[in-house]
Amino acid sequence: MDTKPVNQRAWLMVAPVLVIVAFSALIPLMTVVNYSVQDIFGPGEAYWVGVEWFQEVLRDRRLHDALFRQFLFSGLVLLIEIPLGVAIALAMPRSGWKVSLVLIVLALPLLIPWNVIGTIWIIFTRPDIGLFGVAINAAGLTFDHTARPLDAWVTLMLMEVWHWTPLVALLAYAGLKAIPPAYYQAARIDGAGPWSVFWYIQLPKMRGVLTIAVLLRFMDSFLIYAEPFVLTGGGPGNTTTFLSIYLVKMALGQFDLGPAAAFSIIYFLIVLLFSWVFYQALQNVGRADRAGGGPQG
Amino acid sequence: MARITLDGIAHSYLPRPRGPGDFALKPLDHVWRDGGAYALLGPSGCGKTTLLNIISGLIAPSRGRVWFGERDVTDLPTEQRNIAQVFQFPVIYDTMTVYDNLAFPLRNRGASDAELDARVREVARVLDLTGSLGRRARRLSADAKQKISLGRGLVRPDVNAILFDEPLTVIDPQLKWELRAQLKHLHKQFDFTMIYVTHDQTEALTFADAVVVMVDGEVVQMGTPEELFERPTHTFVGFFIGSPGMNILPCTVTGATAQVGAHAIPLPCRYPTLGADAGRVELGIRPEFVHLTDLPDGYPVVVRGVDDVGRHKVVKVTFAGQDLNLTAPEETVVPAVGARLSFETARLNIYRDGQLIAGTPIEREAA
Repeated sequence: MDTKPVNQRAWLMVAPVLVIVAFSALIPLMTVVNYSVQDIFGPGEAYWVGVEWFQEVLRDRRLHDALFRQFLFSGLVLLIEIPLGVAIALAMPRSGWKVSLVLIVLALPLLIPWNVIGTIWIIFTRPDIGLFGVAINAAGLTFDHTARPLDAWVTLMLMEVWHWTPLVALLAYAGLKAIPPAYYQAARIDGAGPWSVFWYIQLPKMRGVLTIAVLLRFMDSFLIYAEPFVLTGGGPGNTTTFLSIYLVKMALGQFDLGPAAAFSIIYFLIVLLFSWVFYQALQNVGRADRAGGGPQG
Repeated sequence: MARITLDGIAHSYLPRPRGPGDFALKPLDHVWRDGGAYALLGPSGCGKTTLLNIISGLIAPSRGRVWFGERDVTDLPTEQRNIAQVFQFPVIYDTMTVYDNLAFPLRNRGASDAELDARVREVARVLDLTGSLGRRARRLSADAKQKISLGRGLVRPDVNAILFDEPLTVIDPQLKWELRAQLKHLHKQFDFTMIYVTHDQTEALTFADAVVVMVDGEVVQMGTPEELFERPTHTFVGFFIGSPGMNILPCTVTGATAQVGAHAIPLPCRYPTLGADAGRVELGIRPEFVHLTDLPDGYPVVVRGVDDVGRHKVVKVTFAGQDLNLTAPEETVVPAVGARLSFETARLNIYRDGQLIAGTPIEREAA
């Protein structure tokens, strides 16, 4: 009954994209999949192992610990950087020459290569010669990020917050600048206080940019490698061994390519899943209709 | 409710204004009668919004005082002035329901729940929003959002005046008529002072009891729509109001005769002699009061074109070397050559440097 002419030439139109995506994503990803389901000793010496590597990785206690540390780290990053970035954006000047000055100062940490950041903070926090390390020890607090796990975490968090909060602040600032003045004028006429203005105007209007900020900071902090690698190398002990560091140790240090490949796929799925959850949550927060129209205090 | 008095108000956006050119709003005295419906009409950038924001307190004037009744409110912040303002683009609180949006100004002022609920439901009924009270405000159409903006003004029982800053800009044309009618109705019902800023003359003329025409930061005329149409006191008003605007022809005046090019035109009034040295002397006549004629004493003109606007025709002619518009009934056959026109003498106005000049009516003199 279908009399429509069949024309497959349309595939030619999408072919270039398919080729590019194949080389940029699919083929490298398939290599990983390939390693994750086989035990490969060398060319021609590959044995099918099915989901064995996945089972092994999922049972690995050290991986569980690294995963827990990773969630703790990303959770702290979001909890500190998002509110702090919004607070900085609110405090920034809205016009005049000060705007350029503040923007340049804020953007500086974002321009530094990541491993250099680690190096800067190693020197900065060294208990013998670093400004921060010496100052805090002189203040009577023992501080040594190479020996004390808590100090290592504090240093990492300080570095991370210093490095990335400006990005959140810049995004939030862009969101604030996009609010038409009529909203503030209407709020004054309605007698709204500063808290109401923030809660009912500024925060909802920043929803879009904050969604981007949360996703970027989550993904980026969840994949963190260079900074802790340079600063602590994953130590002391394993206390700052995050997923990437553990993965590299597994793949390059021990050359366990099979488990490392299985681990990579799981890692990728976790990032994908959480990014999706955050996106959905932020898109829907405060948007559901309430059934009644009753008073609400 | 209160009379609003502007006493020598002027405003400049520059910190140290040097001359009159630096002022967005030139010195102005004006009284807005309690309960009046005013339109503030003028082209974009003429200072209308500045004036409105001075009344509501969003801008502190560079000079002058603002009085609400017997009270000087110049230094009072917006939230203490009991003024409502509706902006060009609807302002709604995205995360709130329609109900909460309407209740917001009352909650901020600490109204009791029972009082608040009664007011919100009353306003929702008047604005036809009852069915949407439980919905998120951001999901509504532009006109419903603009109604919410208006509703947040109406919900306060003590409002002195509601100021509208081109509130119908984003509304579809057919809904514009509906909302405008609703506004007029609300005005009659609640009897608050309304000041309505617009650059659309139809909106101003249909809405207001009194229209204030502004240009370049100055009020050039205030009057009823009829007054503005029939006796514009300034050539700008004549030109800005009406479609097409008033014809303005440079002339000289001797007694009761205007000389336009080679043509002597009799005037309804006698004027002091205004020769070439009297400044800019102009004859103003609306296109509606210029007619094509078959009589031999009509003034010969060259027809340049005819626009058919539906209800009538707009005929563009050249008269004494100058462009002139006139309207003619729809069925008129416009001759291609040899057209002649006549003026309704009683409708001729004489302006000097833009200002209307009062002459001495001829009939009275004869009697």
